[in-house]
Amino acid sequence: MLELLQYEFMQNAFIAAVLVSVACGMVGTYVVVKKIVSISGGISHAAFGGIGLGYLIGINPIVAAIPFSIFSALSIGFINKRIKISEDTAIGILWTTGMALGIIFINLSPGYAPDLFSYLFGSILTVPDSDLTLMLILDIVIIIIVFLFNREFIAISFDEEFSKTIGIKVEPLYLLLLCLVALSVVVLIKVVGVILVIALLSIPAAISMQYTSSINKVMTFSVIIGLVLNILGLWLSYIFNLASGATIVIILGLTFIISSLITKYW
Amino acid sequence: MSDKALEIENLYVSINKSIILKDINLNLDKNDFLAIIGPNGGGKSTLLKTILNLIRPDKGNISVFGKNPKEALNIIGYLPQNTFFDLNFPINVFNVTLMGRYNGLFKNYTQNDRKAVINALDEVSMLEYKDRQISELSGGQMQRVFIARALAREPELLLLDEPTASVDPKMQKSFYELLLKLKEKMTIILVTHDVGVVCEYVDKIACLNHILFYHGIPEGSADAIGKTYNCPIDIIGHGIPHRVFKKHE
Ligand SMILES: Nc1ncnc2c1ncn2[C@@H]1O[C@H](COP(=O)(O)OP(=O)(O)OP(=O)(O)O)[C@@H](O)[C@H]1O
Ligand SMILES: [Mg+2]
Repeated sequence: MLELLQYEFMQNAFIAAVLVSVACGMVGTYVVVKKIVSISGGISHAAFGGIGLGYLIGINPIVAAIPFSIFSALSIGFINKRIKISEDTAIGILWTTGMALGIIFINLSPGYAPDLFSYLFGSILTVPDSDLTLMLILDIVIIIIVFLFNREFIAISFDEEFSKTIGIKVEPLYLLLLCLVALSVVVLIKVVGVILVIALLSIPAAISMQYTSSINKVMTFSVIIGLVLNILGLWLSYIFNLASGATIVIILGLTFIISSLITKYW
Repeated sequence: MSDKALEIENLYVSINKSIILKDINLNLDKNDFLAIIGPNGGGKSTLLKTILNLIRPDKGNISVFGKNPKEALNIIGYLPQNTFFDLNFPINVFNVTLMGRYNGLFKNYTQNDRKAVINALDEVSMLEYKDRQISELSGGQMQRVFIARALAREPELLLLDEPTASVDPKMQKSFYELLLKLKEKMTIILVTHDVGVVCEYVDKIACLNHILFYHGIPEGSADAIGKTYNCPIDIIGHGIPHRVFKKHE
């Protein structure tokens, strides 16, 4: 496996796996404990609108996805707290409207959209240096936000009403948390694609929660589990010539099943 | 700081357009221990939540040691009547209690906060469970942890919404003894249906059934106190309006 690292695309894929693990381990932990897996699914699919917009106006689709997914995160958060429709419905609307916008934008774009497939399903073997830099910057932003607001995120995930009584501004912090999800979606898009992002945001944390009752440890374990499984998936997809995003997700899913069986019957 | 621990004037609260609290007036001094009794749906929890700024009143004024409810949150400790959380939440007893020490953005928990938590858990006899995951406790033990979370705040005003609802008699007694001790340092409002306890420990009592009927404990023989307390029991039992209460004054 090590000799593979002499290829530049493999080095990039390896770095991408590391960057992705940080985002999915840290933010994924909140996604799981705050039970915002479906909201995060909505945000990640809506990000496809941003990808389409990128093609249309001729900028890097990943860059265009940043404001787009932040906007969809904020709107779902707002709808959730302010307007009287069920969260479920709001997610459904956002999810599909975002994707539909992406399709229309791509329709309107001149010519043919190269590597569209990689934004939908991911392609860890073709991450360019520029995207790695962007992912690194987003990771740093994520780490800083987690570091600064970890206590508040834990409190609002545990009990929103009590959080208000100790002086936490629940609504802005919830919106900030959704923005954090939006940023990690962008980090993950290149590796697993908008459709499979949610696997990386939920499975590593779900596995970790089977082994510890400390949220900070869940975070650390998730980063490590994410890293190991991403690299395993990457390697398997390379040797069997399979789609990398899907291989990684299947590895994650299988590990979750095995881990559940072990914790249940061991 | 004002010496009045709590001043409520002319408070009206409605939820979904129905009036829950009507013209509430209440004054508490520092170190007062007030019990609020009253029928289910009378608005006891609503009153506590309004003091905590969880519910905005339609009109009226609340001041806690001279501060408005929003500013007063860091000097109020609160035990909710119900706490809903995900039983799989990865958090242990110590860290749940530590949330009671929260004191604003960018202020990390200190050694002092940890000491206060240890102390509070000790006071409710839950220290030996400090590393347990929260869902691995019995209902009453969980309740004691939430009491500890309120105590850990070392508040000036302690609001307890039916604290002993699922706590065994032995623990109840030691809990009320603890409240008597805490009263030296803070003002306590206790919502309870346990009128027997009310007689034994509190200084003041109020009955809340949309309007608040406030009653200081008369100084006098145990008998007289007993009589006074039969009164609210009857009121609760039969839903007779508060006019009956007034006769005793
Ligand atoms: N979220 C809510 N939505 C609608 N009505 C509510 C809500 N919360 C409380 N109420 C109503 O407000 C009234 C007062 O409720 P509250 O919880 O304050 O009563 P309580 O005195 O604490 O009763 P209990 O002894 O059962 O705890 C009730 O009639 C209840 O139906
Ligand atoms: Mg109540």
